[in-house]
Amino acid sequence: MSDTSNTVAFVRTETIPQMPPPAAETGAIKWMRENLFASIPNAILTLVSAYVIYSILAGVLPWIFNGVWNAQTLAECREILDGTSGACFAVLTERWPQLVFGLSYPASEYWRPSLAFVLLFFAAAPVMFFDLPRKMLIITLFYPFITYWLLWGGTVLIPILAFAGFVAGYLVYQRFVAGSFAAGFFGGVIAAMIVWYIGGFLIPDGANQNAMLRPVASRDMGGFMLNMMLGVTCVSLSIPIGIVLALGRQSSMPLIKWICVVFIEFIRGVPLITLLFVASVMLAYFFPPESSVDLFLRVVIMITMFSAAYIAEVIRGGLAALPKGQYEAADSLGLDYAQAMRLIILPQALKISIPGIVNIAVGLFKDTTLVSVISMFDIVGMIRGPILSSTDWNGVYWELLGFAALLFFVTCYGISQYSQWLERRLATDHR
Amino acid sequence: MKKTAFYGALTVAGFAASMASAATLDDVKERGVLNCGVSTGLVGFASPNANGVWEGFDVGVCRAVAAAVLGDAEAVEFVPLTTKTRFTALSAGEVDMLSRNTTWTFSRDVDLKLEFTGINYYDGQGFMVPRDLGVSSAKELDGATVCIQTGTTTELNLADYFRSNNISYEPVPIETNAEAQQQYLAGACDVYTTDASALAATRASFEAPGDHIVLPEIVSKEPLGPLVRHGDSDWGDVVRWTLNALIAAEELGVTSANIEELAAAPTGNPEVNRLLGTEGELGAMLGLDANWAVMAISAGGNYAELFEKNIGENTPIGLARGLNAQWTDGGLLYSPPFR
Repeated sequence: MSDTSNTVAFVRTETIPQMPPPAAETGAIKWMRENLFASIPNAILTLVSAYVIYSILAGVLPWIFNGVWNAQTLAECREILDGTSGACFAVLTERWPQLVFGLSYPASEYWRPSLAFVLLFFAAAPVMFFDLPRKMLIITLFYPFITYWLLWGGTVLIPILAFAGFVAGYLVYQRFVAGSFAAGFFGGVIAAMIVWYIGGFLIPDGANQNAMLRPVASRDMGGFMLNMMLGVTCVSLSIPIGIVLALGRQSSMPLIKWICVVFIEFIRGVPLITLLFVASVMLAYFFPPESSVDLFLRVVIMITMFSAAYIAEVIRGGLAALPKGQYEAADSLGLDYAQAMRLIILPQALKISIPGIVNIAVGLFKDTTLVSVISMFDIVGMIRGPILSSTDWNGVYWELLGFAALLFFVTCYGISQYSQWLERRLATDHR
Repeated sequence: MKKTAFYGALTVAGFAASMASAATLDDVKERGVLNCGVSTGLVGFASPNANGVWEGFDVGVCRAVAAAVLGDAEAVEFVPLTTKTRFTALSAGEVDMLSRNTTWTFSRDVDLKLEFTGINYYDGQGFMVPRDLGVSSAKELDGATVCIQTGTTTELNLADYFRSNNISYEPVPIETNAEAQQQYLAGACDVYTTDASALAATRASFEAPGDHIVLPEIVSKEPLGPLVRHGDSDWGDVVRWTLNALIAAEELGVTSANIEELAAAPTGNPEVNRLLGTEGELGAMLGLDANWAVMAISAGGNYAELFEKNIGENTPIGLARGLNAQWTDGGLLYSPPFR
């Protein structure tokens, strides 16, 4: 008597539906268990850290959110706060133009540096992101001249003349470079100098007075604008100079080699602040009182020399890291020095040097605040000098310096993120 | 390298016209602007307001000189200078005069080849303590910790003072006034010592100024005044007598309010007449217009008006006249006669 149809062994005909994992092994709890409370010491550390973070936030957040944004003086601020904890951000709103544009940049002309700042992105983009159409490089080409005109104003003839000099130099270079690089290079430099020298006489006296854009003296520029101007100018000038110095240091021609070695070692052996003092104080003795070179220009030259020396050493490191075979490969292909460098050596060496160069660029950008010791009102000089010394705001520190720190952090973090992207983008090895 | 050459060429093009300097007075007149070196920021003495216009007691002296020479109190280019750059800027001719709370000392006058043209503020080193400390005289500060800026004369003055009174102290070295305020408020030191005017300004910026007192002892002499380069006495005279005109105006009762009336016609007081140019040739002797002093006084008022407006008792700084009162009121201000 069997009823086989009903006494089949227990066999599942379908899989069990998936169960959720145990609560302790999933989601946030698992993550916390593994990462925060994996062992007793870890748990203790987690709790201590949480407490520290909590106490910091408990102090800082009310201070920020209770902040006063509208007041005319520190005393008024304190009256509004009435004993409660809170920041006095009113100093930022009241002194905003001074923090950004400096003491005496004419208020009606604020659009000019703002426009120059916006254009900076368009000019920098094709250089920084090489997937963009190459035609955009035209903006980059014109950018220095347009910006000079926007920031300093005055007659448009000066930037045009400057541009004409570069064009003349380039044409002469093109004409002679086939013969020899040196002839092309020095011919180009001489041609540009001649154009500038002759052009200097063509610009009529007083052209600055009735120019379309009102002229603004370097002394009137300040605030974060000055930091940006110094940072952008010096970084973009010092990278090519640094490359030249690095190559010069490896040159087999003793004169060039020793000039580069002495320059690099001397500049690296001197603190930047000393160079700035030389720029602001000593150089004034070498010129007659009325005809001294603009202080901004003096500072740009000094900072550029300084960072160029450092960048040269970074790039030299990149050059040294290349296997000798690369140099020999270039030679065996019959490339001359310029071609070998441009096509084989430098692209690889520069790629290796990116983190170092960015490191120096970030440092340089922050070092631009040192100009406050030679009485230029960059953002830190502005805060330490005029703003803190006004009877209205004497005694506000955290808000102002925190704001300056925030601006610098945003900029430097941006530079750093870009360099990481660049490294990933250029990674051609198979790691 | 190209860029450098380019700017160099621009500079040649732009500044080729200027030539070597003649006398400073002629330079200033020709330029139409007075280059005046001021502090990069000192409460009440020199600081730009929210619109970037410089204000303050030292700034008032610059404006008075500009008004006397050029007839326009606004014709001043203020060159902010740090303590480290101020003397070289003056020597190198970047500024025509320095009005930057600079103490008149022997070595600065003689060795650095500068010429002090008078004293516009008699300062001195003082002490500030919290009221809770229960101290009413610096002589009771035995064993106190003292916040002091390093590398200044205040450090040396302090050591001298405490040694001569045979009391001990522990210095807390700090770098800047801002740092000192924070340290002092945080209780890192019992006493903060620096120039009395700066103490008053610092105290005024505190949340509760009443909790702190400035002790009566002044332990050093800090005569602050405008200065010019050695070797141009004509220009030195202009600055010196402009300052004297401001001081004399207070003594003679000439204010910016009544000056128009007094200068319109000779008054009964011959000294006022000589000062205001309605009598005599004083302006011409300086190489200026006859109404130079009228312009200088109108620029910001006489000495008392400048003082009250910028650092006086009705301002947040609230300095009393003290030593800076006229000699007739028991102070030290004493202008030589205008004759």
